[in-house]
Amino acid sequence: MAHEASPFASRVDVVRALRQATITGLIALGLLLPLIGFNTVQNIRNELILETRWPLLAALVAIIAGGRFLHELLIAPWLARRALRPRPEHAPRGRLARWLVPFTLGFVIVYPPLVLSITGIQGAVKWIDNFGVQILIYVMLGWGLNIVVGLAGLLDLGYVAFYAVGAYSYALFANAFGLSFWILLPIAGCLAAFWGILLGFSVLRLRGDYLAIVTLAFGEIIRLILINWVPVTNGYAGISGIPRPTFFGIPFNASDEGFAARFGLEFSPIYRTIFLYYLILALALITAAMTVRLRRLPIGRAWEALREDEIACRSLGINTTNTKLTAFAMGAMFAGFAGSFFAARQGFISPESFTFMESAVIVAIVVLGGMGSLIGVAIAAVIMIGGTEIMRELDFLKAVFGNDFDPTQYRMLLFGFAMVLIMVWRPRGLIATREPSTFLNPRHAALFRKRQSEGTQASLVRERHG
Amino acid sequence: MEVFTQQLINGITLGSIYGLIAIGYTMVFGILGMVNFAHGDVFMVSAFIALVTLLLLTTWLGIGSFVVALLIVLIVAMLFTSLVNWAIERVAYRPLRGSSRLAPLISAIGMSIVLSNFVQVAQGPRVKSIPPFFNEVIVLMSGSGYDVAVSYKQIVVWIVTAGLLLIFWFVVTKTALGRAQRACEQDQKMAALLGIDVDRTISITFVIAAALAAVAGTMYLMYYGVVSFADGFVPGVKAFTAAVLGGIGSLPGAVIGGLLIGLIETMWSAYFSTDYKDVAAFSILAITMIFLPQGILGRPDVEKV
Repeated sequence: MAHEASPFASRVDVVRALRQATITGLIALGLLLPLIGFNTVQNIRNELILETRWPLLAALVAIIAGGRFLHELLIAPWLARRALRPRPEHAPRGRLARWLVPFTLGFVIVYPPLVLSITGIQGAVKWIDNFGVQILIYVMLGWGLNIVVGLAGLLDLGYVAFYAVGAYSYALFANAFGLSFWILLPIAGCLAAFWGILLGFSVLRLRGDYLAIVTLAFGEIIRLILINWVPVTNGYAGISGIPRPTFFGIPFNASDEGFAARFGLEFSPIYRTIFLYYLILALALITAAMTVRLRRLPIGRAWEALREDEIACRSLGINTTNTKLTAFAMGAMFAGFAGSFFAARQGFISPESFTFMESAVIVAIVVLGGMGSLIGVAIAAVIMIGGTEIMRELDFLKAVFGNDFDPTQYRMLLFGFAMVLIMVWRPRGLIATREPSTFLNPRHAALFRKRQSEGTQASLVRERHG
Repeated sequence: MEVFTQQLINGITLGSIYGLIAIGYTMVFGILGMVNFAHGDVFMVSAFIALVTLLLLTTWLGIGSFVVALLIVLIVAMLFTSLVNWAIERVAYRPLRGSSRLAPLISAIGMSIVLSNFVQVAQGPRVKSIPPFFNEVIVLMSGSGYDVAVSYKQIVVWIVTAGLLLIFWFVVTKTALGRAQRACEQDQKMAALLGIDVDRTISITFVIAAALAAVAGTMYLMYYGVVSFADGFVPGVKAFTAAVLGGIGSLPGAVIGGLLIGLIETMWSAYFSTDYKDVAAFSILAITMIFLPQGILGRPDVEKV
């Protein structure tokens, strides 16, 4: 308070901020000097030589130091003032949340026609495919993994293995036996669920970080087998020519039997894209609906009990083995569905698509969204995947940084930074309030709601007691 | 027999590198109870710092003496890598202390993505190779057209690893710093009550872990002569396997585990197939965690309510 009154204090603030900025700048200089200040390049004789990049180094250090200076001078006092002010009531948020779901649902349903009417047929494929289908695949994977991580509390870093099982089982069966997408979709789901149970059995006794690492190893083993078992999987080269899904038997091609000809439309790839969009939307919504319903069943309650305290859960007579195995199987099944959709959409799959990075991205989406919150997971998927997709579209930056600048290079870098920042800013995820699905008696429910509206819950979360 | 001896020599060399990285995992796990996922990438970054320093010394300053160059490279790589790891702990892990166990793990995965992509963007995606140097070998056995040889490089790896392990061992067991570190491992609250600066101790743990990773990175660069931005993940996972195999939290365990993993990997490659050598490493990881979670030298984990 005193600083605002006297001009002396503010000069002290500036000096302090300058000192902080200098220290930060020096640290940044130390961090960036070896790898930004110097660049290792190959000369014509294929020898490595060093080049210097002093201007770039100076610019980055100046940006970091300047950022720290502004933070110390402007943002930190503002945050401190805001923390002193009483929190506003939470009532409007409740109303927003009630309208958010129907509004979002309506939006995603009318999204393809909306895009079509804005950009026309030429531009629409990119928007529906890159932003619609791509994001929805991750929303579905996030919701599937949410069952394992968010509800049952079992951290699974090898989730992409089940995605791979689904994709490869569709690709192999479709190529070998010529079965249709609609027959293979449940088969892929069942196979993935079977692998989920297999993994679940082996990790029954593990928990926490150890569980995470073993599932990671499992995911990597599956990927390495896909790479090395060449006679079946064709190794690194992958499987191509995977049959595309049909509109209940009508293929999307230019022939007379094709979708466009049957319905008297002019042929365009856009119809398949729109069909795929609604297909993955339906699959994702089935995942969400299943999750919502399962939470109300005894098995869902058992999952949440397991997440909160395994020992207490076992003491109450819950069969933790079955509980864990069903969680793994359900989660894996949805990944299998998503995997066979992915194979059908791409028409080509290779082990490159199923690296650990994918698992990390899916886990990040679930944890950043707020474990157990379907809305949070969807929001996180839109931000993280949509954000990285937008990086592809930033061609205008070339005008600023020169023609060599390729924004897509920075996608994963920014993704990583976003993961760290969101975790530091909100360690419990974007949507952190975890409403219990059941109460001992109705009065407690009323009490909980009242407390929540007073903000107790929020402040507990903020102080990380929750 | 010749093949076996040769693979034994190669395995011990590889194993010392894994052991040095494994100590970083085991120390951080011991004090914070978290798997420092970014540690493998810190190792990769250190190899790049060593590469830049080596090029600086040889092509710009024209230092010809191998020993002098290696010493300077080691020291510079240790210094800068320590700074990197110190900054990582400060930015990504310290704010999350006291929150759920998942948050630091996710933050660490994020940091691992940041480091490997930063190097990819800053130094380019191509594999960097240094010109071969210091290639003399000592032939130990020669029979049936197959020479068993120890290269000078391997001897350097052994000597440097053993020397640094000794120094490190001394620091952890005999100095006040090591005592503070072990106290924080046992009970952070109690250690803080007894006047130990817990934050500072944790920072120093990260610095030591990074310094050892930098030694491993330098040795890796010297031994293989190549490094790329993607080289952090697999050695990282193998070193973590080593830490678990030896018993996480146990320092001699990490070294023994590292040697074991190195030996298993080279023997597997020699007698079975190189294609599946990573599968073998990951399987060992899974099998150890499931059937022997306390490792060879670790304390059994007691389940408390």
